[in-house]
Amino acid sequence: MLLKRITEAAGVAGDEYEVRAVIRDELAGYSLKMKTDMLGNLIVSQNEEKPGPRIMLAAHMDEIGLMIVQIDNTGLLYFKAVGGIDPRVLVAKVVRVGKKKLPGVIGAKAIHLQRPEERLVPIPLESLYIDIGAKNKEDAEKVVSIGDYAVFDTEYETFGDGFAKGKSFDDRVGCAVLAEVMKETYHAPVYGVFTVSEEIGLRGAGVAAYAIDPQVAISLEGTTAHDVTDVEDHLVSTRCGAGPSLTFMDNSVISDRKLIQLAAKTAETLGIPYQYKNTATGGNDSGKMNQTRAGVPTIEIAVPTRYCHSPISVIHLEDYNNTIQLVKALIHAIETGGFEIK
Amino acid sequence: MNGKEQLKSMIESTGVSGFEAPVAKLIQELFKPYTEDIRKDALGNVIAKISGSAQTNSPNIMLAGHMDEIGLMVTKIDDKGFIHVTQIGGFDQRTLPAQEVWVHGKKTLLGLVVAKPPHLTPMDERKKTIPLSGLLIDIGYPAEKAREFVQVGDLITIKRSMQELQNDWLAGKAMDDRAGVLVMLECLEELKKLKHTANVFAVATVQEEVGMRGAITSTYGIMPDIGIAIDVCHGRMPAVPEYNTSPMGGGPSIAMGPNVHPKVLALLKKVAKETRIPISLSAAPGATGTDAWAMQISQSGVATGVVSIPLRYMHTAVETLSYSDIQQSGKLLAYFIAAVDCAFVEELSCY
Repeated sequence: MLLKRITEAAGVAGDEYEVRAVIRDELAGYSLKMKTDMLGNLIVSQNEEKPGPRIMLAAHMDEIGLMIVQIDNTGLLYFKAVGGIDPRVLVAKVVRVGKKKLPGVIGAKAIHLQRPEERLVPIPLESLYIDIGAKNKEDAEKVVSIGDYAVFDTEYETFGDGFAKGKSFDDRVGCAVLAEVMKETYHAPVYGVFTVSEEIGLRGAGVAAYAIDPQVAISLEGTTAHDVTDVEDHLVSTRCGAGPSLTFMDNSVISDRKLIQLAAKTAETLGIPYQYKNTATGGNDSGKMNQTRAGVPTIEIAVPTRYCHSPISVIHLEDYNNTIQLVKALIHAIETGGFEIK
Repeated sequence: MNGKEQLKSMIESTGVSGFEAPVAKLIQELFKPYTEDIRKDALGNVIAKISGSAQTNSPNIMLAGHMDEIGLMVTKIDDKGFIHVTQIGGFDQRTLPAQEVWVHGKKTLLGLVVAKPPHLTPMDERKKTIPLSGLLIDIGYPAEKAREFVQVGDLITIKRSMQELQNDWLAGKAMDDRAGVLVMLECLEELKKLKHTANVFAVATVQEEVGMRGAITSTYGIMPDIGIAIDVCHGRMPAVPEYNTSPMGGGPSIAMGPNVHPKVLALLKKVAKETRIPISLSAAPGATGTDAWAMQISQSGVATGVVSIPLRYMHTAVETLSYSDIQQSGKLLAYFIAAVDCAFVEELSCY
């Protein structure tokens, strides 16, 4: 099960090895060219030498996580966040530390020992630490070093009415979509790029796009779904179960309007539900692809994801499958002249 | 016996205060190798009696480890299918967001504790704790279906498998106080090797977290001479004064103070010294916050003691302790029981 393997793999920005391995393994049986570049982007391609519009797709392998920055005398590990994390979601969680995936817990002072006013404010990140059961600093240093990464310990599981829960659907769901999309045979040159370090500033996508020099680019994401209680309708960015989401714009990019129209038309032809993202916050890899060389028309297509950047993100599996179908069909539409290449 | 596996099965089981039946059933099974005399009282306390070797006038010693855990209860299923909750026992609300839970409805469902997305909440709200009333549980069903499976009053527990850390440290939910139940099992195992005149009543109590209610009735029913509460205490950690904590891995922590009978305390210390079991001492100037508080004033009075396992992050989903402290506590109690005779009991009321 690709979604299980790819979300349970650890891959904080700068440390995407396990995710790369899962993708390589998943695509090993297909006649695809695979290579990595200087930053660690995994570039999977077909028809590189053939004519036709060069189409690039990007999904980022990295996830938000923690990096160990200090081991104190009692053997507790202090950390900083890699990417954007609300410290409130870290308390009382299990994490896996380092390459050996050592279990550790992020605890909190017992409620019995707190003053009432303490309970009213969130525990700041600087006061949190990971406890791996070490007796002291020396004991901890036998198994952990400063610079080691830690990730949430979350199992992929399905639940409810067709939902799945796991860590890092942002953007492993995009990676899984891209892997499935690359299994299809196209006529045009198609580059599926599994990018690095998106969470710390879209670092990988621009480099890969420069090398590939695409004529059209698609970013595949797990984007925020705010379809929970007490959120006003216009603030519900996307809704789980309502189909792939098409982004008009966010803080990093404005999508090409004709590409959006083509994607919408393609979904309609396929009979797939789709939605427009209602909010314009955040950023995605298109932001870099869009500004590569002399400019590239881009679009972001995303699987709505609840609780992004927390240990328990949620997608609807129907959205996942529909996104795969839509992206495949969109590539076919582009390669058969559905989108005018300038 | 494999204590770690027993602890894993107990903490991963369910038994919110007042609703201890699932874990009680498991604990009854775990007591079976030691005695056939196992009963439940009206509140649900599980009482296992192991008879001593004395023919007459056997001292009666009661051990109490509470099997209940803190939990949540469904108060409402809203029109989007999300569940609203209240709590049974004292959670720190700051430890609940992004927690996985079991919703015990018509069937047991996976639930996720969530709140409004952070960037949709105003900046000043982000600086505040999300109150329990602001938390939602996502079970992935639309309202109609959710209401089919779940109703107001259903229980919710933390979903967490036991984690084995370095140095035999263990982490999980409900270590408070299933670890205390394991201490009783370790004690009974050790006791098999020893001669003891006292009758032992190992009691897995109910409703400690909401006011030691199980200890009140079970102690009355047994009327022991000596009652020892086995619970958890705060393990040493940063930002907590040393006097409020006990060292992790330093053996059982023995409480001193008005909730503890001085002769019981003295014997515990003496036995620890003789058997070279490491202990730490903790000063408890008033209530110990354990079943001993209720046991002490049952009927005409009980001589009490408190043996505790140092534990970090109490009442969170990652309660952490050292397995060796459980083993040492079990041993200490077994040797303590073996050291109690009629003469010792007679002396207890002589001040």
